[in-house]
Amino acid sequence: MNRHLLSGADLSHADALLVLDTAEELAQLADRPIKKLPTLRGRTVVNLFFEDSTRTRISFEAAAKRLSADVINFSAKGSSVSKGESLKDTALTLEAMGADAVVVRHHASGAPHRLAHSGWIRGSVVNAGDGTHEHPTQALLDAFTMRRRLNGDRPLGTDLTGRRVTIVGDVLHSRVARSNVLLLHTLGAEVTLVAPPTLLPVGIDAWPCTTSYDLDGELAKSDVVMMLRVQRERMTTEGGGFFPSAREYSRRYGLDRRRVAVLPDHAIVMHPGPMNRGMEIAAEVADSARSTIVEQVTNGVSVRMAVLYLLLSGSTEITEVTA
Amino acid sequence: MRTTPTTTGRYVVTGARVLGREPTDLLLEDGVVAEVGPGLARGRAEVVDADGLVALPGLVDLHTHLREPGREDAETVETGTAAAALGGFTAVHAMANTDPVADTAGVVEQVWRLGREAGHCDVHPVGAVTVGLTGERLAELGAMAESAARVRVFSDDGACVSDAVLMRRALEYVKAFGGVVAQHAQEPRLTQGAQMNEGELSGVLGLAGWPAVAEEAIIARDVLLTAHVGSRLHVCHVSSAGSVEILRWAKSKGWNVTAEVTPHHLLLTDALATSYDPLFKVNPPLRTGEDVLALREALADGTIDAVATDHAPHSHEDKDCEWAAAAMGMLGLETALSVVQEAMVETGLLDWAGVADRMSSRPARIGLLDGHGHALEAGAPANLVLLDPAARRTIDPFALASRSRNTPYAGRELPGAVVATFLRGVPTVLDGKLQ
Repeated sequence: MNRHLLSGADLSHADALLVLDTAEELAQLADRPIKKLPTLRGRTVVNLFFEDSTRTRISFEAAAKRLSADVINFSAKGSSVSKGESLKDTALTLEAMGADAVVVRHHASGAPHRLAHSGWIRGSVVNAGDGTHEHPTQALLDAFTMRRRLNGDRPLGTDLTGRRVTIVGDVLHSRVARSNVLLLHTLGAEVTLVAPPTLLPVGIDAWPCTTSYDLDGELAKSDVVMMLRVQRERMTTEGGGFFPSAREYSRRYGLDRRRVAVLPDHAIVMHPGPMNRGMEIAAEVADSARSTIVEQVTNGVSVRMAVLYLLLSGSTEITEVTA
Repeated sequence: MRTTPTTTGRYVVTGARVLGREPTDLLLEDGVVAEVGPGLARGRAEVVDADGLVALPGLVDLHTHLREPGREDAETVETGTAAAALGGFTAVHAMANTDPVADTAGVVEQVWRLGREAGHCDVHPVGAVTVGLTGERLAELGAMAESAARVRVFSDDGACVSDAVLMRRALEYVKAFGGVVAQHAQEPRLTQGAQMNEGELSGVLGLAGWPAVAEEAIIARDVLLTAHVGSRLHVCHVSSAGSVEILRWAKSKGWNVTAEVTPHHLLLTDALATSYDPLFKVNPPLRTGEDVLALREALADGTIDAVATDHAPHSHEDKDCEWAAAAMGMLGLETALSVVQEAMVETGLLDWAGVADRMSSRPARIGLLDGHGHALEAGAPANLVLLDPAARRTIDPFALASRSRNTPYAGRELPGAVVATFLRGVPTVLDGKLQ
C-alpha cells in the first residue's frame, strides 16, 4: 500500500482486498468483551478536522483506540485555524508533536494531498473527506458492507465483480460518489450515477461508470442503491439553483416505498449519512430490512482500523486476531 | 559579452542579429539608434559585443501587476520594473488593482512617478474603469487621461466590467481621448467560487469549474458593443479556443478589437492542477492542450495581437496553502521571452520578427506609446533587448528580481536568456545583470 490514503484510486485491486479482508478479521474483535488490540501502542494518530463531522471523527477515534494508539483530536472549529492559522502551521505543529498518522477532514479539495506532498509532515495522511473531492474510507466501508451483504458468509478474498451499484444524488458536490466510483470500479462493480443533469459534473463521461437521469430505469437491475445526501440549500439561488424544489427533487430522485418495490429481492439500500429523511430517502425505506445504514456505521470502525493498521504497522499479519 | 570601460554614454553594439537576421552593428547615441550597419566606427563608444545575440526592440507589456501601492510585500514598482528590465522589457503597463485602486489622477501619477524614480523601464499606469473596481460607476477616466501619467489604457482587471450598460458607457467615454478599455472577460455568475478550468479534470479533482464560456460570452458581448458604439476594445489574457474564434470573427468584420495572451497560457495546461499546488492557480485558469494549440495558432496568425505577461506577484503565504485558499496568479516578466521562444519560435510558428511584432510593436500601438515598439533603424528610440537564443537556463525562484517567488517554471529548463536591455540608449541590463 501507499504511505497515504488520499483517493479511492490509491488502492490497487490487491490493496483494496487486503484492507477489506483485514477489516473482516478486525470486525471479529467487536464481538469480544474486550474490544482492544495492543497493535498500535505508542503510536499517535491525530484527527485533524477543519470541518464539523462528528460521525467520521468518532469512527476514526474508536478505530485508533481499539488498536491502542494515542489519539489527539484537533478540531479547527474555534481554534487558531479559524483565526487565520494556515494549514501549514497546523501541520508543522502536529509534526512537532510526533504524529504517526494524520486523519484530515478539510473543506478544501486537495488539502490532504497538500499535507501529504508538501514536506510539512512525515507521517501518513488519511483523507477523511476533502471538499468536493474524495472520501476513500467511506468508499471502503461501503464496499465492505456490499461484500458482506451480497457475497454471503465467507466474503474473504472476494470482490464485487459484476455487481451493479446505482449511486443517486448530488454527484457534483459528493466526495462519497467520487471515491466509490474509483474503488468500486477497481473491485469489478458496474457503477451507474443517477442525478439531475445539473448535479453531474462536466467531464463525467470520462469516469469509469455510466450515468443516467432516470432513476426508475435503473432500479430493476440494481444490486445496490446508494442514496447521497442532497443539501436543501442547493435549490436556492445563492446555493446555485441546481433544482427547482425539494418536492420535485424527491419526486424524481427520492427513494420511496414505490421505487423500492421495483428492486430485486436481494438488493440493498445504502446511505452514507447524515440523511434527509423525506428528501432523498423515505423514512420507511431508511428503516427497512434492506437498509444497511446502521451497519455502515459499525463497518466504518472496522475498515478504519484496517486502514490505520496497514498504514502504520508495516505488516500484513494481525497475529493477535488470527492466532 | 564584454564592454570596454569608458563612460561616454555612446554604445556600439557589434554583430547583433536584428530580428534574427544577418549580423550588424548599431550605434546608440543620445537616446536613439544613430546608425545601423556592419563595421561601424567604434570611436569613443563603449563596445557591446553581441556576437550570436538576437536584437529586438524593447519589449512592451500591456499587463503587469506591480502591487504598489498596497502590497509592497509582494512587489514594488522598483522590484517589478527590475524584473521587467531583466526580462527585456522597456515599458510596462501597471494594472489598476492596487490598494488604493488606481482610479484617480493622484494614484496613477504616484505609480508613474515611482516608475520614473526606479528608472528600470517606463511605467504606464492603467486606470480603473470603475470606482474601486466595484463595477458600479465610472471612475474619472478623463482626469487620469489628462494627468502626468497620460493614461490611455483602462481596465478593471481582476474583475470584469460585467454590467453591459457600464461597459458600453466606458467604451463610449474613452473615445474622447483615444483610450482603450482592456476587459478582463469573466462572467461573474458563471464563475462564482471557480478554482480551475471546468472540464474532465475539475470533476475528478473536485475543484469548482471556471467554464470557458464565461470568458467567451463576455468577449462576444463586448465585441458587439464595441462595433455598436465605434470604440476600441482590448481583451486581456485570452485563454480558450472559443475566444479565439469570436475574436477572429470580430476582426473579420473590421472592428477595432485587439487581444493578448499570456506566456503561461501558451505553454501550460490544466493537468498541472492535479498536484493541487497553488503555483498553478491563475485567473483565467490554465486550460486544455487544445486551447494551448489554438492560442499559439491565433498568436501566429495575428488574431491575438500581443503577448502580455499578467505578471502577478503573490506573497509566499498566499501560495503556500491549500488550493482553494490560495491567491490566483503567477510571475511572468523574467520568463516571458523564454516561454515565447519555446512555445512559438522553436515550434516554427513565429520568427524573431514575429516575436518583435507581438511583444513590442503591437502592444506599443495598443497602448499608444510613441516611444516604444519601433523598428531598430536609424532615428528610432534606442530601446532594445539583446538575447542569447542558444542559452538554456533552469528557473530558480530565488534568483528572480521580483520580490515574490510564485513562478510556475521553478526547476524547469527554458531556452534563451536576456543579455542586455537598453532604455533610450542607457543599459538597464548588461551581461544579464541589472545596472
